[in-house]
Amino acid sequence: MNQVLVVAEHSGGKLNLAIAKCVSCAAAVPDAEVVVLVLAADGSAVAAQAAAITGVKRVLLAEHPASEPALAAVLAPQVAKLAADASHVFGPSTTFGKDLMPRVAALLDAQQISDVMAVETANRFRRPCYAGNAIATVEVDAGCRVVATVRVASWQAAGSGGSAPIERISVDTPLPTHTRFVSVSAGRSDRPDLQTAARVVSGGRALGSADNFALIQRFADRIGAAVGASRAAVDAGYAPNELQVGQTGKIIAPELYIAVGISGAIQHLTGIKDARTIVAINKDPEAPIFEVADLGLVGDLFKLVPEIESQL
Amino acid sequence: MRKVLVGIKRVIDYNVRVRVRPDGSGVVTDGVKMSINPFDEIALEEALRIRERGAADEVIAASIGPDDAQQQLRTALAMGADRAILVRADGAIPSMIAARALHALVEREQPLFVILGKQAIDDDSGQTGQLLAGLWDRPQATFASKIELEGNSARVTREVDAGLEVIEVDLPAVFTTDLRLNEPRYVKLPDIMKAKKKPLDVTDLAALGVTAAAQLRVVRLDPPAQRQKGVVVKDAAELVAALRQKGLLQ
Ligand SMILES: Cc1cc2nc3c(=O)[nH]c(=O)nc-3n(C[C@H](O)[C@H](O)[C@H](O)COP(=O)(O)OP(=O)(O)OC[C@H]3O[C@@H](n4cnc5c(N)ncnc54)[C@H](O)[C@@H]3O)c2cc1C
Ligand SMILES: Nc1ncnc2c1ncn2[C@@H]1O[C@H](COP(=O)(O)O)[C@@H](O)[C@H]1O
Repeated sequence: MNQVLVVAEHSGGKLNLAIAKCVSCAAAVPDAEVVVLVLAADGSAVAAQAAAITGVKRVLLAEHPASEPALAAVLAPQVAKLAADASHVFGPSTTFGKDLMPRVAALLDAQQISDVMAVETANRFRRPCYAGNAIATVEVDAGCRVVATVRVASWQAAGSGGSAPIERISVDTPLPTHTRFVSVSAGRSDRPDLQTAARVVSGGRALGSADNFALIQRFADRIGAAVGASRAAVDAGYAPNELQVGQTGKIIAPELYIAVGISGAIQHLTGIKDARTIVAINKDPEAPIFEVADLGLVGDLFKLVPEIESQL
Repeated sequence: MRKVLVGIKRVIDYNVRVRVRPDGSGVVTDGVKMSINPFDEIALEEALRIRERGAADEVIAASIGPDDAQQQLRTALAMGADRAILVRADGAIPSMIAARALHALVEREQPLFVILGKQAIDDDSGQTGQLLAGLWDRPQATFASKIELEGNSARVTREVDAGLEVIEVDLPAVFTTDLRLNEPRYVKLPDIMKAKKKPLDVTDLAALGVTAAAQLRVVRLDPPAQRQKGVVVKDAAELVAALRQKGLLQ
């Protein structure tokens, strides 16, 4: 039996959708018993959501006022302590998981595998590297604990309808006070979430200004899509940082991805490779984005986007 | 002396189209341009600015890698680092080995803080800073887009999924850089000349008491699945029709 501990990410009493994807990855480990760990100030609601994910065997709920808002330095010693019986400890490859899991690995004297896209055996996994230009098969020594982040774009969310038991536990470990939360500025939330949306419209440097970027937002709203951006568009201040798609931004896998005025640099493409259908709108017929686009439209975006909207 | 330790990893330049070797043993590196990991240039730039503001005294650039990584360390010295340390190690350096080596350097140098990149663009693993902070049992502030030092602590703005998060950490601490922390300066020719005279110490993992053995191995590399090249449609109407046909638009 392999006990796979999945560390839950949540905020405002809601479990992050990425966790159902982590559960799918955890369940792919041979002979897995999937246990979700909820660390929260007040975690009953989150634990209940975790317990409903198909394939979850048990939910561990450890409540502590210091656990919210989440800080890696505060969560890591708790996770490490509770991982005593786990053969695998998984978290999502969101900024939460990327920040936390390696620190857990250090405390467990384990090495982390980042961005697991496939599970081959209990100690053999596949993950992308070199901006997605290579897929590595990596192996952890037998008998060593596996700490990993799960590349959420590679996994389908596990279903719901389960009813795993929730076990309340207390963690007896000193928590540091050297790291303190100050604030977070969240973007607007009335649009679909970039990481889980079925449709995404992204804008690039070609938009030319924050005002023009509204064109992308309007088009996205029109088709019920989330908004994304290239690094160039974010660097130039047309779009906020959390909308960056790519190697060092968000890796996404929507049904439909529409790239508007984006050249298709390798660092951008690695973020969208798993999209079902890619549409590119670009005035340069030689732009590399057309090499991966299922549907391409060559021309001036300022003319074409309104034309598309008028057809809807 | 308030020291800053900066990680400088030698990686394939970000402009190179990386190809997997036919036998899957690695990627093609012959004749390929090597550079400082872009995030590490940002880390170094930040350290230099902090020193220039008078909030630190010495910037130390450290690399764990082959002899050739001296080139990247010389570039770091030309950018303005005061001295450099090469920890010699061959082959791919797993993040845990890099973190242990950096931890040994931290114990020796006792820096005020360490700045690393948020990820190396070769292994894309994004772990070393967090591993180091865990081993050292000190705070971490990852994905930093702003670092403000205030006495014995630092206020750091982090690029997280939700937006921008601000945390406060006591020093010493580990920071990792995001793309928008700063824009690294260009190296000027006279600085390259001056950098030749700056100290560059060479040591190795064994001298630092770090074993090179990792629990993790890369067994094989494969090229990624290629997407099929699609079609170019002639106008907006044709695009909308094609998307409707695929059931992607009503
Ligand atoms: C370490 C590192 C990490 C990076 N990480 C990322 C990442 O995560 N995500 C990311 O996106 N990038 C990333 N980049 C940057 C990447 O290399 C590119 O610079 C960036 O993606 C370019 O953005 P862009 O396509 O918007 O701009 P450009 O490359 O300038 O492309 C603009 C495109 O718009 C087209 N265009 C111009 N005007 C019009 C018009 N009127 N109508 C239609 N088309 C028009 C042009 O033909 C061009 O193709 C990274 C780079 C580095 C070094
Ligand atoms: N071999 C190395 N030498 C110097 N710094 C390194 C090395 N490996 C990793 N780092 C630092 O750690 C950061 C993250 O690397 P990684 O965890 O490999 O993605 C890099 O941007 C560097 O600052």
